[in-house]
Amino acid sequence: MNGMTIGQYYPVNSRIHRLDPRVKLVAAFIYITMLFLVKNFWGYLFAAFFVSLTIYASKVPIIYMLRGLKNIIFIITFMLVMNIFFTKGERVLFSIWKISVTMEGLILSARMAVRLILLVVGTSILTLTTSPIQLTDGIEYLLKPFKRFGVPAHEIAMMMSIALRFIPTLVEELDKIMKAQKARGADFDTGGLMKKAKSLIPLLVPLFISAFRRADELAMAMEARCYRGDYNRTRMKEMKLYPHDYRFMAVVGAFCIAVIGSRFV
Amino acid sequence: MSIEIKNLSYIYNKGTAFEQTAIHDINISIQKGEFIGLIGHTGSGKSTLIQHLNALLKPSTGHILLDGEDINADSSKLKRIRQRVGLVFQYPEHQLFEMTVYKDVAFGPENMGLSKEETDKRVKAALENVGVDESIHEKSPFELSGGQKRRVAIAGVLAMEPEVLVLDEPAAGLDPRGRDEVLGLIKSMHSNLGITVILVSHSMEDVSRLVNRVIVMHQGRIAMDGALNEVFSRVEEIEALGLRAPSISYLMKGLNERGFGLPQDIYKVEDAVDCLLKVFQPGVCK
Repeated sequence: MNGMTIGQYYPVNSRIHRLDPRVKLVAAFIYITMLFLVKNFWGYLFAAFFVSLTIYASKVPIIYMLRGLKNIIFIITFMLVMNIFFTKGERVLFSIWKISVTMEGLILSARMAVRLILLVVGTSILTLTTSPIQLTDGIEYLLKPFKRFGVPAHEIAMMMSIALRFIPTLVEELDKIMKAQKARGADFDTGGLMKKAKSLIPLLVPLFISAFRRADELAMAMEARCYRGDYNRTRMKEMKLYPHDYRFMAVVGAFCIAVIGSRFV
Repeated sequence: MSIEIKNLSYIYNKGTAFEQTAIHDINISIQKGEFIGLIGHTGSGKSTLIQHLNALLKPSTGHILLDGEDINADSSKLKRIRQRVGLVFQYPEHQLFEMTVYKDVAFGPENMGLSKEETDKRVKAALENVGVDESIHEKSPFELSGGQKRRVAIAGVLAMEPEVLVLDEPAAGLDPRGRDEVLGLIKSMHSNLGITVILVSHSMEDVSRLVNRVIVMHQGRIAMDGALNEVFSRVEEIEALGLRAPSISYLMKGLNERGFGLPQDIYKVEDAVDCLLKVFQPGVCK
Protein backbone atom coordinates (compact mmCIF):
# COMPACT_ATOMS: atom_id res chain seq x y z
CA MET A 1 0.00 0.00 0.00
CA ASN A 2 2.93 2.28 0.65
CA GLY A 3 4.33 4.65 -1.92
CA MET A 4 1.01 5.01 -3.70
CA THR A 5 0.90 8.11 -5.86
CA ILE A 6 -2.26 10.12 -6.10
CA GLY A 7 -3.30 10.87 -9.61
CA GLN A 8 -0.17 10.60 -11.68
CA TYR A 9 1.54 13.91 -11.19
CA TYR A 10 5.21 13.71 -12.13
CA PRO A 11 7.00 16.43 -10.18
CA VAL A 12 9.73 18.04 -12.22
CA ASN A 13 10.23 21.66 -13.15
CA SER A 14 9.55 22.23 -16.82
CA ARG A 15 7.97 24.80 -19.09
CA ILE A 16 4.80 22.77 -19.21
CA HIS A 17 4.69 22.32 -15.43
CA ARG A 18 4.99 26.05 -14.92
CA LEU A 19 2.05 26.86 -17.17
CA ASP A 20 -1.09 28.20 -15.59
CA PRO A 21 -3.47 25.29 -14.92
CA ARG A 22 -6.31 27.15 -16.63
CA VAL A 23 -4.27 27.47 -19.79
CA LYS A 24 -3.43 23.79 -19.69
CA LEU A 25 -7.06 22.78 -19.13
CA VAL A 26 -8.30 24.90 -22.00
CA ALA A 27 -5.46 23.72 -24.22
CA ALA A 28 -6.35 20.09 -23.45
CA PHE A 29 -9.96 20.82 -24.33
CA ILE A 30 -9.00 22.51 -27.59
CA TYR A 31 -6.64 19.67 -28.42
CA ILE A 32 -9.42 17.09 -27.99
CA THR A 33 -11.76 19.12 -30.17
CA MET A 34 -9.09 19.45 -32.83
CA LEU A 35 -8.49 15.72 -32.85
CA PHE A 36 -12.09 15.24 -33.92
CA LEU A 37 -11.76 17.83 -36.66
CA VAL A 38 -8.81 16.03 -38.21
CA LYS A 39 -9.74 14.67 -41.62
CA ASN A 40 -6.59 13.36 -43.24
CA PHE A 41 -3.03 12.25 -42.78
CA TRP A 42 -1.69 15.79 -42.45
CA GLY A 43 -3.98 16.57 -39.54
CA TYR A 44 -2.72 13.54 -37.63
CA LEU A 45 0.83 14.52 -38.41
CA PHE A 46 0.27 17.99 -36.95
CA ALA A 47 -1.40 16.53 -33.86
CA ALA A 48 1.42 14.03 -33.35
CA PHE A 49 3.98 16.77 -33.81
CA PHE A 50 2.22 19.02 -31.30
CA VAL A 51 2.01 16.21 -28.73
CA SER A 52 5.65 15.23 -29.19
CA LEU A 53 6.73 18.81 -28.77
CA THR A 54 4.75 19.15 -25.56
CA ILE A 55 6.06 15.85 -24.20
CA TYR A 56 9.59 16.95 -24.97
CA ALA A 57 9.06 20.27 -23.22
CA SER A 58 7.43 18.62 -20.19
CA LYS A 59 10.57 16.61 -19.29
CA VAL A 60 8.34 13.70 -18.26
CA PRO A 61 9.76 10.36 -19.42
CA ILE A 62 7.80 9.13 -22.41
CA ILE A 63 7.15 5.82 -20.65
CA TYR A 64 4.79 7.60 -18.23
CA MET A 65 2.80 8.97 -21.14
CA LEU A 66 2.46 5.54 -22.70
CA ARG A 67 1.45 3.99 -19.39
CA GLY A 68 -2.01 5.48 -19.83
CA LEU A 69 -2.39 3.42 -22.97
CA LYS A 70 -2.25 0.21 -20.95
CA ASN A 71 -5.76 0.80 -19.71
CA ILE A 72 -7.28 1.26 -23.12
CA ILE A 73 -5.45 -1.49 -24.95
CA PHE A 74 -8.55 -3.64 -24.76
CA ILE A 75 -10.77 -0.94 -26.22
CA ILE A 76 -8.34 -0.26 -29.04
CA THR A 77 -8.04 -3.94 -29.94
CA PHE A 78 -11.80 -4.42 -29.80
CA MET A 79 -12.35 -1.39 -31.99
CA LEU A 80 -9.70 -2.47 -34.45
CA VAL A 81 -11.24 -5.91 -34.86
CA MET A 82 -14.78 -4.56 -35.22
CA ASN A 83 -13.78 -1.98 -37.80
CA ILE A 84 -11.57 -4.25 -39.83
CA PHE A 85 -14.17 -6.97 -40.16
CA PHE A 86 -17.43 -5.09 -40.28
CA THR A 87 -16.77 -2.01 -42.41
CA LYS A 88 -18.41 -2.26 -45.79
CA GLY A 89 -16.39 -0.99 -48.74
CA GLU A 90 -15.48 -1.36 -52.36
CA ARG A 91 -11.93 -2.57 -52.32
CA VAL A 92 -12.16 -6.08 -50.86
CA LEU A 93 -8.81 -7.41 -49.82
CA PHE A 94 -9.92 -10.92 -48.86
CA SER A 95 -13.01 -12.68 -47.53
CA ILE A 96 -13.52 -15.40 -44.99
CA TRP A 97 -16.98 -16.98 -45.18
CA LYS A 98 -19.38 -14.02 -45.14
CA ILE A 99 -16.96 -11.54 -43.64
CA SER A 100 -14.75 -9.56 -45.93
CA VAL A 101 -11.88 -7.29 -45.04
CA THR A 102 -11.81 -4.12 -47.08
CA MET A 103 -9.27 -1.40 -47.63
CA GLU A 104 -11.75 1.14 -46.28
CA GLY A 105 -12.14 -0.86 -43.08
CA LEU A 106 -8.40 -1.07 -42.63
CA ILE A 107 -7.94 2.67 -43.09
CA LEU A 108 -10.85 3.56 -40.85
CA SER A 109 -9.65 1.34 -38.02
CA ALA A 110 -6.11 2.68 -38.30
CA ARG A 111 -7.42 6.24 -38.08
CA MET A 112 -9.56 5.44 -35.06
CA ALA A 113 -6.64 3.79 -33.28
CA VAL A 114 -4.31 6.70 -33.95
CA ARG A 115 -6.95 9.14 -32.80
CA LEU A 116 -7.54 7.26 -29.53
CA ILE A 117 -3.84 6.94 -28.82
CA LEU A 118 -3.26 10.65 -29.45
CA LEU A 119 -6.24 11.45 -27.25
CA VAL A 120 -5.00 9.44 -24.30
CA VAL A 121 -1.37 10.47 -24.57
CA GLY A 122 -2.30 14.12 -25.02
CA THR A 123 -4.62 14.29 -22.05
CA SER A 124 -2.22 12.42 -19.81
CA ILE A 125 0.25 15.26 -20.32
CA LEU A 126 -2.24 17.42 -18.46
CA THR A 127 -2.48 15.16 -15.41
CA LEU A 128 1.23 14.36 -15.42
CA THR A 129 2.33 17.97 -15.35
CA THR A 130 -0.38 19.51 -13.15
CA SER A 131 -0.71 18.68 -9.46
CA PRO A 132 -4.23 17.73 -8.33
CA ILE A 133 -4.50 20.93 -6.31
CA GLN A 134 -3.61 23.12 -9.27
CA LEU A 135 -6.03 21.16 -11.36
CA THR A 136 -8.94 21.77 -9.00
CA ASP A 137 -8.03 25.45 -8.76
CA GLY A 138 -8.08 25.67 -12.52
CA ILE A 139 -11.39 23.82 -12.76
CA GLU A 140 -12.91 26.09 -10.16
CA TYR A 141 -11.88 29.17 -12.08
CA LEU A 142 -13.09 27.85 -15.40
CA LEU A 143 -16.44 26.80 -13.95
CA LYS A 144 -17.04 30.24 -12.47
CA PRO A 145 -19.00 31.63 -15.46
CA PHE A 146 -21.43 28.72 -15.10
CA LYS A 147 -22.29 29.77 -11.57
CA ARG A 148 -25.03 31.90 -13.03
CA PHE A 149 -26.73 28.71 -14.18
CA GLY A 150 -26.48 27.15 -10.75
CA VAL A 151 -23.21 25.24 -11.13
CA PRO A 152 -21.60 25.21 -7.65
CA ALA A 153 -18.08 25.81 -8.98
CA HIS A 154 -16.37 26.45 -5.67
CA GLU A 155 -18.11 23.57 -3.93
CA ILE A 156 -17.17 21.14 -6.69
CA ALA A 157 -13.53 22.21 -6.49
CA MET A 158 -13.54 22.02 -2.68
CA MET A 159 -15.03 18.54 -2.75
CA MET A 160 -12.41 17.44 -5.23
CA SER A 161 -9.52 18.73 -3.15
CA ILE A 162 -10.92 17.21 0.03
CA ALA A 163 -11.40 13.87 -1.70
CA LEU A 164 -7.82 13.98 -2.97
CA ARG A 165 -6.53 14.97 0.44
CA PHE A 166 -8.23 12.01 2.12
CA ILE A 167 -7.25 9.25 -0.26
CA PRO A 168 -3.91 8.54 1.47
CA THR A 169 -5.56 8.79 4.89
CA LEU A 170 -8.17 6.24 3.96
CA VAL A 171 -5.61 3.94 2.41
CA GLU A 172 -3.66 4.03 5.66
CA GLU A 173 -6.84 3.41 7.63
CA LEU A 174 -7.73 0.46 5.41
CA ASP A 175 -4.29 -1.02 5.97
CA LYS A 176 -4.75 -0.73 9.72
CA ILE A 177 -8.20 -2.31 9.72
CA MET A 178 -6.96 -5.07 7.47
CA LYS A 179 -4.19 -5.90 9.91
CA ALA A 180 -6.56 -5.80 12.87
CA GLN A 181 -8.96 -8.22 11.20
CA LYS A 182 -6.09 -10.46 10.11
CA ALA A 183 -5.02 -10.58 13.74
CA ARG A 184 -8.48 -12.01 14.40
CA GLY A 185 -7.90 -14.71 11.82
CA ALA A 186 -9.59 -13.05 8.85
CA ASP A 187 -8.48 -14.35 5.50
CA PHE A 188 -8.69 -12.09 2.46
CA ASP A 189 -6.73 -14.13 -0.01
CA THR A 190 -8.27 -17.57 -0.31
CA GLY A 191 -11.74 -18.89 -1.10
CA GLY A 192 -14.18 -18.44 -3.95
CA LEU A 193 -15.68 -15.22 -5.22
CA MET A 194 -18.58 -15.26 -2.75
CA LYS A 195 -16.29 -15.91 0.16
CA LYS A 196 -13.95 -13.16 -0.93
CA ALA A 197 -16.80 -10.70 -1.31
CA LYS A 198 -18.05 -11.63 2.13
CA SER A 199 -14.62 -11.17 3.65
CA LEU A 200 -14.77 -7.52 2.61
CA ILE A 201 -17.56 -6.74 5.09
CA PRO A 202 -15.21 -6.63 8.10
CA LEU A 203 -13.10 -4.14 6.15
CA LEU A 204 -15.72 -1.94 4.56
CA VAL A 205 -17.98 -1.42 7.56
CA PRO A 206 -15.22 0.01 9.78
CA LEU A 207 -13.78 1.96 6.85
CA PHE A 208 -17.09 3.66 6.09
CA ILE A 209 -17.72 4.41 9.73
CA SER A 210 -14.35 6.07 10.06
CA ALA A 211 -14.80 7.95 6.79
CA PHE A 212 -18.11 9.36 8.01
CA ARG A 213 -16.58 10.24 11.35
CA ARG A 214 -13.74 12.07 9.63
CA ALA A 215 -16.14 13.90 7.35
CA ASP A 216 -18.15 15.00 10.34
CA GLU A 217 -15.09 16.21 12.20
CA LEU A 218 -13.77 18.04 9.16
CA ALA A 219 -17.09 19.79 8.60
CA MET A 220 -17.07 20.92 12.23
CA ALA A 221 -13.49 22.14 12.01
CA MET A 222 -14.23 24.06 8.81
CA GLU A 223 -17.29 25.71 10.31
CA ALA A 224 -15.33 26.56 13.42
CA ARG A 225 -12.97 28.47 11.15
CA CYS A 226 -15.91 30.33 9.59
CA TYR A 227 -15.95 28.53 6.29
CA ARG A 228 -18.94 29.77 4.32
CA GLY A 229 -18.21 28.46 0.90
CA ASP A 230 -17.11 30.79 -1.83
CA TYR A 231 -18.35 33.96 -0.19
CA ASN A 232 -15.54 36.51 0.30
CA ARG A 233 -12.90 33.82 0.18
CA THR A 234 -9.42 34.79 -0.95
CA ARG A 235 -6.69 32.46 -2.10
CA MET A 236 -3.13 31.96 -1.06
CA LYS A 237 -1.94 31.49 -4.63
CA GLU A 238 -3.55 33.91 -7.03
CA MET A 239 -3.61 32.56 -10.53
CA LYS A 240 -1.93 34.95 -12.90
CA LEU A 241 -1.02 34.69 -16.55
CA TYR A 242 2.64 35.17 -17.43
CA PRO A 243 4.37 35.74 -20.77
CA HIS A 244 5.12 32.01 -21.08
CA ASP A 245 1.39 31.31 -20.80
CA TYR A 246 0.72 33.62 -23.75
CA ARG A 247 3.51 32.00 -25.72
CA PHE A 248 1.98 28.59 -25.14
CA MET A 249 -1.42 29.93 -26.22
CA ALA A 250 0.18 31.12 -29.45
CA VAL A 251 1.55 27.61 -30.05
CA VAL A 252 -1.89 26.14 -29.44
CA GLY A 253 -3.37 28.71 -31.82
CA ALA A 254 -0.86 27.75 -34.50
CA PHE A 255 -1.76 24.12 -33.96
CA CYS A 256 -5.47 24.92 -34.43
CA ILE A 257 -4.81 26.78 -37.67
CA ALA A 258 -2.65 23.93 -38.93
CA VAL A 259 -5.30 21.30 -38.21
CA ILE A 260 -8.17 23.29 -39.64
CA GLY A 261 -6.05 24.23 -42.64
CA SER A 262 -5.24 20.57 -43.24
CA ARG A 263 -8.92 19.89 -43.83
CA PHE A 264 -8.74 21.80 -47.08
CA VAL A 265 -5.70 20.01 -48.47
CA MET B 1 4.88 -20.38 25.55
CA SER B 2 8.17 -18.59 25.17
CA ILE B 3 8.96 -15.99 22.54
CA GLU B 4 12.43 -15.53 21.21
CA ILE B 5 13.20 -12.50 19.05
CA LYS B 6 16.54 -12.91 17.34
CA ASN B 7 18.45 -10.19 15.46
CA LEU B 8 15.20 -8.72 14.19
CA SER B 9 15.41 -5.80 11.76
CA TYR B 10 12.66 -4.31 9.69
CA ILE B 11 12.95 -1.85 6.83
CA TYR B 12 9.92 -0.05 5.44
CA ASN B 13 9.68 0.41 1.66
CA LYS B 14 12.76 -1.64 1.10
CA GLY B 15 14.45 -0.94 -2.20
CA THR B 16 12.70 2.37 -2.85
CA ALA B 17 13.67 5.97 -2.29
CA PHE B 18 11.52 5.97 0.87
CA GLU B 19 13.52 3.23 2.55
CA GLN B 20 13.49 3.59 6.30
CA THR B 21 14.75 1.26 8.96
CA ALA B 22 12.13 0.95 11.70
CA ILE B 23 13.84 -1.69 13.81
CA HIS B 24 17.54 -2.38 14.24
CA ASP B 25 18.81 -5.77 15.30
CA ILE B 26 16.54 -6.48 18.25
CA ASN B 27 16.98 -9.41 20.62
CA ILE B 28 14.38 -10.16 23.27
CA SER B 29 13.43 -13.32 25.04
CA ILE B 30 10.07 -13.55 26.76
CA GLN B 31 9.08 -16.31 29.14
CA LYS B 32 5.61 -17.70 29.72
CA GLY B 33 3.52 -15.72 32.16
CA GLU B 34 5.57 -12.53 32.05
CA PHE B 35 3.88 -9.14 32.18
CA ILE B 36 5.95 -6.79 30.05
CA GLY B 37 5.66 -3.08 29.49
CA LEU B 38 7.01 -1.89 26.16
CA ILE B 39 7.59 1.82 26.27
CA GLY B 40 9.06 4.42 23.98
CA HIS B 41 8.28 7.50 21.96
CA THR B 42 6.01 7.67 18.98
CA GLY B 43 8.08 6.34 16.13
CA SER B 44 10.44 4.36 18.34
CA GLY B 45 9.40 1.15 16.61
CA LYS B 46 7.08 -0.29 19.26
CA SER B 47 4.14 -0.85 16.94
CA THR B 48 6.35 -2.25 14.21
CA LEU B 49 7.91 -4.66 16.67
CA ILE B 50 4.63 -6.06 17.98
CA GLN B 51 3.28 -6.58 14.48
CA HIS B 52 6.09 -9.06 13.98
CA LEU B 53 4.97 -11.14 16.93
CA ASN B 54 1.98 -12.54 15.06
CA ALA B 55 3.54 -12.41 11.61
CA LEU B 56 1.57 -9.43 10.31
CA LEU B 57 4.94 -8.09 9.24
CA LYS B 58 7.72 -10.29 8.02
CA PRO B 59 11.22 -9.48 9.31
CA SER B 60 13.66 -7.98 6.83
CA THR B 61 16.29 -9.96 8.68
CA GLY B 62 16.19 -12.07 11.82
CA HIS B 63 13.75 -14.55 13.29
CA ILE B 64 10.91 -14.81 15.75
CA LEU B 65 10.63 -18.14 17.51
CA LEU B 66 7.55 -19.34 19.34
CA ASP B 67 8.57 -22.27 21.54
CA GLY B 68 11.63 -22.61 19.35
CA GLU B 69 9.72 -22.64 16.08
CA ASP B 70 10.18 -19.89 13.47
CA ILE B 71 6.76 -18.34 12.89
CA ASN B 72 7.56 -17.32 9.33
CA ALA B 73 8.84 -20.74 8.31
CA ASP B 74 5.48 -22.10 7.21
CA SER B 75 2.85 -19.68 5.90
CA SER B 76 0.09 -22.29 6.20
CA LYS B 77 0.39 -21.98 9.98
CA LEU B 78 -0.23 -18.23 10.03
CA LYS B 79 -3.75 -18.55 11.40
CA ARG B 80 -2.59 -20.78 14.21
CA ILE B 81 0.12 -18.26 15.12
CA ARG B 82 -2.32 -15.37 15.07
CA GLN B 83 -4.55 -17.37 17.40
CA ARG B 84 -1.72 -18.10 19.81
CA VAL B 85 -0.47 -14.52 19.85
CA GLY B 86 -3.46 -12.21 20.19
CA LEU B 87 -2.80 -8.66 19.07
CA VAL B 88 -5.09 -5.83 20.17
CA PHE B 89 -4.41 -2.75 18.07
CA GLN B 90 -4.64 0.83 19.20
CA TYR B 91 -8.26 2.01 19.24
CA PRO B 92 -9.48 -1.55 18.68
CA GLU B 93 -13.09 -0.38 18.73
CA HIS B 94 -12.51 1.00 15.23
CA GLN B 95 -12.48 -2.54 13.92
CA LEU B 96 -15.96 -3.47 15.18
CA PHE B 97 -18.28 -4.26 12.28
CA GLU B 98 -20.95 -6.79 13.21
CA MET B 99 -24.63 -6.27 13.95
CA THR B 100 -24.35 -7.45 17.52
CA VAL B 101 -21.69 -7.56 20.20
CA TYR B 102 -21.95 -11.34 20.34
CA LYS B 103 -21.40 -11.80 16.60
CA ASP B 104 -18.44 -9.46 16.59
CA VAL B 105 -16.67 -11.34 19.34
CA ALA B 106 -17.47 -14.60 17.53
CA PHE B 107 -15.62 -13.38 14.41
CA GLY B 108 -12.24 -14.65 15.61
CA PRO B 109 -13.35 -18.10 16.81
CA GLU B 110 -15.37 -18.57 13.62
CA ASN B 111 -12.33 -17.77 11.51
CA MET B 112 -10.51 -20.47 13.41
CA GLY B 113 -13.15 -22.92 12.27
CA LEU B 114 -14.40 -23.86 15.73
CA SER B 115 -17.73 -25.59 16.29
CA LYS B 116 -20.80 -23.59 17.21
CA GLU B 117 -20.77 -24.87 20.78
CA GLU B 118 -17.11 -24.09 21.27
CA THR B 119 -17.54 -20.63 19.74
CA ASP B 120 -20.51 -19.95 21.98
CA LYS B 121 -18.57 -21.05 25.04
CA ARG B 122 -15.58 -18.88 24.17
CA VAL B 123 -17.59 -15.79 23.27
CA LYS B 124 -19.47 -15.92 26.54
CA ALA B 125 -16.32 -16.54 28.53
CA ALA B 126 -14.44 -13.73 26.79
CA LEU B 127 -17.25 -11.23 27.31
CA GLU B 128 -17.47 -12.25 30.94
CA ASN B 129 -13.73 -11.83 31.32
CA VAL B 130 -13.89 -8.26 30.09
CA GLY B 131 -16.90 -7.54 32.27
CA VAL B 132 -19.53 -7.07 29.56
CA ASP B 133 -22.94 -8.01 30.87
CA GLU B 134 -25.06 -10.61 29.08
CA SER B 135 -27.83 -8.07 28.55
CA ILE B 136 -25.56 -6.26 26.09
CA HIS B 137 -24.71 -9.30 23.97
CA GLU B 138 -27.45 -8.69 21.43
CA LYS B 139 -26.96 -4.93 21.24
CA SER B 140 -25.23 -3.25 18.34
CA PRO B 141 -21.61 -2.53 19.26
CA PHE B 142 -22.06 0.99 17.90
CA GLU B 143 -24.56 1.85 20.63
CA LEU B 144 -22.07 1.27 23.42
CA SER B 145 -19.93 3.79 25.28
CA GLY B 146 -16.25 4.21 24.40
CA GLY B 147 -15.01 2.08 27.29
CA GLN B 148 -17.54 -0.66 26.59
CA LYS B 149 -16.67 -0.71 22.90
CA ARG B 150 -13.04 -1.14 23.74
CA ARG B 151 -13.75 -3.98 26.12
CA VAL B 152 -15.84 -5.71 23.47
CA ALA B 153 -13.00 -5.32 20.99
CA ILE B 154 -10.53 -6.80 23.47
CA ALA B 155 -12.95 -9.68 24.03
CA GLY B 156 -12.85 -10.24 20.27
CA VAL B 157 -9.17 -11.13 20.55
CA LEU B 158 -9.53 -12.88 23.89
CA ALA B 159 -12.16 -15.24 22.47
CA MET B 160 -9.44 -16.80 20.36
CA GLU B 161 -7.84 -17.89 23.64
CA PRO B 162 -4.36 -16.61 22.90
CA GLU B 163 -1.39 -17.69 24.99
CA VAL B 164 0.19 -14.28 24.57
CA LEU B 165 -1.80 -11.07 24.56
CA VAL B 166 -0.23 -7.96 23.06
CA LEU B 167 -2.03 -4.68 23.61
CA ASP B 168 -1.08 -1.44 21.86
CA GLU B 169 -1.99 1.55 24.04
CA PRO B 170 -5.13 -0.09 25.41
CA ALA B 171 -6.03 2.92 27.55
CA ALA B 172 -5.50 5.63 24.93
CA GLY B 173 -8.35 8.08 24.56
CA LEU B 174 -10.41 6.77 27.46
CA ASP B 175 -11.61 8.82 30.40
CA PRO B 176 -9.93 8.12 33.77
CA ARG B 177 -12.61 5.66 34.78
CA GLY B 178 -12.55 3.76 31.49
CA ARG B 179 -8.80 3.73 31.72
CA ASP B 180 -8.78 2.24 35.21
CA GLU B 181 -11.32 -0.35 34.14
CA VAL B 182 -9.41 -1.46 31.09
CA LEU B 183 -6.07 -1.58 32.90
CA GLY B 184 -7.60 -3.44 35.82
CA LEU B 185 -9.09 -5.85 33.35
CA ILE B 186 -5.73 -6.52 31.75
CA LYS B 187 -4.18 -7.14 35.14
CA SER B 188 -6.84 -9.63 36.12
CA MET B 189 -6.58 -11.38 32.77
CA HIS B 190 -2.89 -11.81 33.38
CA SER B 191 -3.32 -13.23 36.84
CA ASN B 192 -6.52 -15.25 36.24
CA LEU B 193 -5.93 -16.66 32.78
CA GLY B 194 -2.20 -17.13 33.23
CA ILE B 195 -1.37 -15.60 29.85
CA THR B 196 1.72 -13.68 28.89
CA VAL B 197 0.89 -10.00 28.45
CA ILE B 198 2.84 -7.37 26.54
CA LEU B 199 1.56 -3.87 27.17
CA VAL B 200 2.64 -1.13 24.80
CA SER B 201 2.33 2.30 26.30
CA HIS B 202 3.99 5.61 26.72
CA SER B 203 2.42 6.19 30.09
CA MET B 204 4.90 5.37 32.82
CA GLU B 205 2.08 5.46 35.35
CA ASP B 206 0.14 2.69 33.61
CA VAL B 207 3.23 0.60 33.11
CA SER B 208 4.50 0.98 36.66
CA ARG B 209 1.16 -0.09 38.08
CA LEU B 210 0.96 -3.31 36.14
CA VAL B 211 4.06 -4.86 34.77
CA ASN B 212 7.06 -6.59 36.25
CA ARG B 213 9.45 -6.12 33.36
CA VAL B 214 10.05 -3.01 31.28
CA ILE B 215 11.53 -2.77 27.80
CA VAL B 216 12.36 0.73 26.60
CA MET B 217 12.71 1.31 22.88
CA HIS B 218 14.46 4.24 21.29
CA GLN B 219 14.94 4.88 17.58
CA GLY B 220 14.30 1.28 16.66
CA ARG B 221 16.64 -0.22 19.23
CA ILE B 222 16.27 -1.64 22.70
CA ALA B 223 17.52 1.05 25.04
CA MET B 224 16.76 -0.67 28.33
CA ASP B 225 15.39 -4.02 29.34
CA GLY B 226 14.97 -5.20 32.89
CA ALA B 227 12.83 -5.54 35.97
CA LEU B 228 10.52 -2.61 36.74
CA ASN B 229 12.53 -1.36 39.70
CA GLU B 230 15.81 -1.78 37.92
CA VAL B 231 14.74 0.24 34.87
CA PHE B 232 12.99 3.02 36.76
CA SER B 233 15.94 3.43 39.09
CA ARG B 234 17.93 4.68 36.09
CA VAL B 235 15.99 7.94 35.92
CA GLU B 236 18.75 9.90 34.20
CA GLU B 237 18.94 7.43 31.34
CA ILE B 238 15.17 7.44 30.94
CA GLU B 239 15.11 11.20 30.83
CA ALA B 240 17.94 11.27 28.32
CA LEU B 241 15.64 9.32 26.02
CA GLY B 242 12.99 12.01 26.40
CA LEU B 243 10.80 9.91 28.66
CA ARG B 244 9.92 10.34 32.31
CA ALA B 245 9.88 8.04 35.26
CA PRO B 246 6.48 7.65 37.01
CA SER B 247 5.48 10.95 38.66
CA ILE B 248 5.37 9.40 42.10
CA SER B 249 9.07 8.61 41.95
CA TYR B 250 9.79 12.33 41.58
CA LEU B 251 7.82 12.99 44.78
CA MET B 252 9.79 10.31 46.60
CA LYS B 253 13.04 11.66 45.24
CA GLY B 254 12.13 15.20 46.29
CA LEU B 255 11.25 14.05 49.78
CA ASN B 256 14.49 12.14 50.05
CA GLU B 257 16.48 15.19 48.99
CA ARG B 258 14.89 16.97 51.94
CA GLY B 259 16.15 14.25 54.22
CA PHE B 260 13.19 11.96 54.73
CA GLY B 261 15.25 8.82 54.18
CA LEU B 262 12.52 6.92 52.36
CA PRO B 263 13.16 3.79 50.29
CA GLN B 264 14.45 4.64 46.81
CA ASP B 265 12.61 2.01 44.80
CA ILE B 266 9.02 3.16 44.97
CA TYR B 267 7.29 3.51 41.61
CA LYS B 268 3.65 2.75 42.38
CA VAL B 269 1.21 5.18 43.97
CA GLU B 270 -0.13 2.44 46.24
CA ASP B 271 3.33 1.65 47.60
CA ALA B 272 4.05 5.31 48.13
CA VAL B 273 0.83 5.72 50.07
CA ASP B 274 1.72 2.79 52.35
CA CYS B 275 5.22 4.10 52.88
CA LEU B 276 4.18 7.69 53.51
CA LEU B 277 1.45 6.64 55.93
CA LYS B 278 4.06 4.80 57.94
CA VAL B 279 6.33 7.84 58.01
CA PHE B 280 3.60 10.32 58.80
CA GLN B 281 1.95 8.27 61.52
CA PRO B 282 0.72 10.43 64.34
CA GLY B 283 3.58 10.82 66.69
CA VAL B 284 6.25 10.13 64.12
CA CYS B 285 5.70 13.30 62.20
CA LYS B 286 6.55 16.36 64.16
